Amino acid sequence: MIAQAAADSINVAQNVGFGIIAAGMIFAALCVVTTSNVVHAALWLVLVLAGVAAQYILAAAEFVAVSQVLVYVGAVMVLFLFGIMLTRAQIGPEKGLNNRGWAAGIPVAVVLLGLLSWAILDAFEDTTLPDRGPTTTSRISDDVLHPYLVPFLAISFILLAAAIGAMVLARKD
Amino acid sequence: MSVAIEIPYWGQSLLRVLGGIVAVLLPAGTIVYVFLFKMMSFMQSRLGPMEAGPYGSMQLFAEVGKWMQKEDTAPAAADHRIFKMAPLIVLLSTFLLVAVVPFGPDAWLTNFETGVFYGLAVSSISVLGILVAGWSSANKYSLLGGLRAAGQLIAYELPLVLAAIGVVIQAGSMRMQDIVVAQNAGSIFGWDGVGNPYLLTQGVGFLVFMIAVQAELTQPPFDMPIAESELVSGYMTEYSGFRFLIFFIAEFATVGVFSLIASVLFLGGWGVPFAWFGWEGIDDVDNWMNVVGPLIMVNKMLVLSFLIMWVRFSFPRFREDQLQRFAWKVLIPVALANIVVTAILKVAV
Repeated sequence: MIAQAAADSINVAQNVGFGIIAAGMIFAALCVVTTSNVVHAALWLVLVLAGVAAQYILAAAEFVAVSQVLVYVGAVMVLFLFGIMLTRAQIGPEKGLNNRGWAAGIPVAVVLLGLLSWAILDAFEDTTLPDRGPTTTSRISDDVLHPYLVPFLAISFILLAAAIGAMVLARKD
Repeated sequence: MSVAIEIPYWGQSLLRVLGGIVAVLLPAGTIVYVFLFKMMSFMQSRLGPMEAGPYGSMQLFAEVGKWMQKEDTAPAAADHRIFKMAPLIVLLSTFLLVAVVPFGPDAWLTNFETGVFYGLAVSSISVLGILVAGWSSANKYSLLGGLRAAGQLIAYELPLVLAAIGVVIQAGSMRMQDIVVAQNAGSIFGWDGVGNPYLLTQGVGFLVFMIAVQAELTQPPFDMPIAESELVSGYMTEYSGFRFLIFFIAEFATVGVFSLIASVLFLGGWGVPFAWFGWEGIDDVDNWMNVVGPLIMVNKMLVLSFLIMWVRFSFPRFREDQLQRFAWKVLIPVALANIVVTAILKVAV
């Protein structure tokens, strides 16, 4: 089977790596929602997000992978933990962490999975994607600052507005 | 350029892993002995360790032996698994960080395009380790230390990144190797005797970068997180034995690794000015640079670590509000102005 796959110019090692990392991510994601300690949940989430970065590297998207680490592992998760520890830094299991309507999430997740799978299978069917080298950072910046300049600026503006809004809300005087 | 000996891929990978371990542990040991033991002692008019080996040079082994044989204790109320994991996360960040440093034309651990960006990203992983170390100790002092550390590291992460951007703009690449080549192949108004180290053109960036590094390493005067007069020892209070040793190694290894990164960004890295030997680019560089390059890097690392430790032993500690104000109101605006000026000059000149 492997020889056949290699003959079809499928990168076997890449697919095996994808499977291993994906399995680890699914396990970590399940732990996020089942663990009974908020800090443990945050740490499992770090593993999920780091797994996403690893998948980006497998897909030869270096810049996106590093951004993922910088933004999610380095900043967002630190802020999560920071917030948790400022408010409820309890050690050991906690009760009442689960939302009462948690079961409603299952059909939503299943529908989302189905929708995404259908969309991807419908779009690509059996085509083998060409084996491309890493996307260079200069190409990403050329794209962002040329054809996608207006959306890029619009997003920056929204983020700026959100940051100012957060400051206004946080200030008491 | 052809390597004289063909080494298979697995052999190269093995050599690189070994090189990475050496590049983390050797600077850590050197910095602790030369600066922490000896230089600090001389600055305080004492001799420092003198008994173990000539001039106390074997003191490090005595210290490591002492820490290793201590009992590995943990508080009863601690979250044991995370308590044990936290120092390893901090050390992991150091090992991931050294992977980006080039030591010679072929003597690199990784050589990928987003090198600078990667280095700044993985350096922030250590914050996670420090935060959970403070939390899992089940100790109010530790928790306060962890929170202070997180607040400080987040605040000083920004000037660190912004100061490096000036270098990236000037070199036109985020690959560490390209930054080294750009400095050594460059010239100052046509004179290429010393290349063009970015220390000269990015002096402001260098200053901001080194101050931010000092804070990222939580070295005095930025040692609020482990302020011993208020917090016992901050997030490290409950650690003893070899887990404390791991924190200790990570601290000084990171001093070395950040010095290496700063020497690549601002001091020309492993290179000598290419004009000396008539090299045009990286492909002309002779093979012997793979041996001389690491030695040059070690010397630059020692100079920069000396600066870091000198400041450490000389200045009194900042207050928490002064520390935050300094980052947000001084360093970040200066670094942003530096980026704007660099970008304008890059386009105009």
